Amino acid sequence: MGSEQSLTVPGRYKEIKRICEFIAAGAAQAGFDDEAIFRLELCCDEASTNIIEHAYGEEDTGSIVVSYEISGDDFIIVMRDQGRAFDPALVPPPPTINLDGTSADGSTGQLRIGGLGLHLIRNLMDEVRFSSDSREGNKLVMIKKLEAQTGKEAS
Amino acid sequence: MAESIVNIEVEDLKRVELVKIGGRIDSSNVAQLDNVLKEIAGRKNNVVLEMSGVDYISSAGLRAMISLLRECKKQKGDVRLAAPSERVVEVLGLAGLDALFEVYDTDAAAVGSF
Repeated sequence: MGSEQSLTVPGRYKEIKRICEFIAAGAAQAGFDDEAIFRLELCCDEASTNIIEHAYGEEDTGSIVVSYEISGDDFIIVMRDQGRAFDPALVPPPPTINLDGTSADGSTGQLRIGGLGLHLIRNLMDEVRFSSDSREGNKLVMIKKLEAQTGKEAS
Repeated sequence: MAESIVNIEVEDLKRVELVKIGGRIDSSNVAQLDNVLKEIAGRKNNVVLEMSGVDYISSAGLRAMISLLRECKKQKGDVRLAAPSERVVEVLGLAGLDALFEVYDTDAAAVGSF
């Protein structure tokens, strides 16, 4: 099926919407419904934000390359950057937040910048992989199965 | 390319600040929302966020909401949600933060709850 489509944008918050729109168009073509497309956009938004905040440390320091392809039942999104290695696997999940005043204060105060975004990505994607090497930079692979989607359509 | 637009309207009521938020909240414009909420937290401890018009929210938006909640709780107040859109409810749930906020069907009900 489809060949790889790729987009390169400057590492800037305002460009993230472009990444989302690019992925949304590909996901729509692949047959995902609006709900699933929103979730894929959200994952790309969170991943891009993490690249700017953690890998590059600030805006306008490097570019973000996003690509997608369909391989069998997999919709594969790849995000690349040339910033510092940032392994999502090393970021702990956000803490559980208690509802009583004092605990909520403490816990919400501890929420990590990237913690929530990664938590969402892990919840929403079927597979998440990260690799980093000095030549190719950082590579985040996020995979969503089309299978469940087409099954839903058929019912 | 269209930029992400967030609309924010603030109504200063007697006991509560009613903030109507609409549009798209992401990392490109969350500073705008954050600034408004920080300013509100400085003068009111009870806040209602009316979010029926929010069609997209990322974790950046959630962090702004949590930060406001933290400030209000410190002053023995609270942040309650009125008519949050499906997207807001979904993202709060996915992040495991849905239990943090009391949710009401209308802004009148949320304001009246204080």
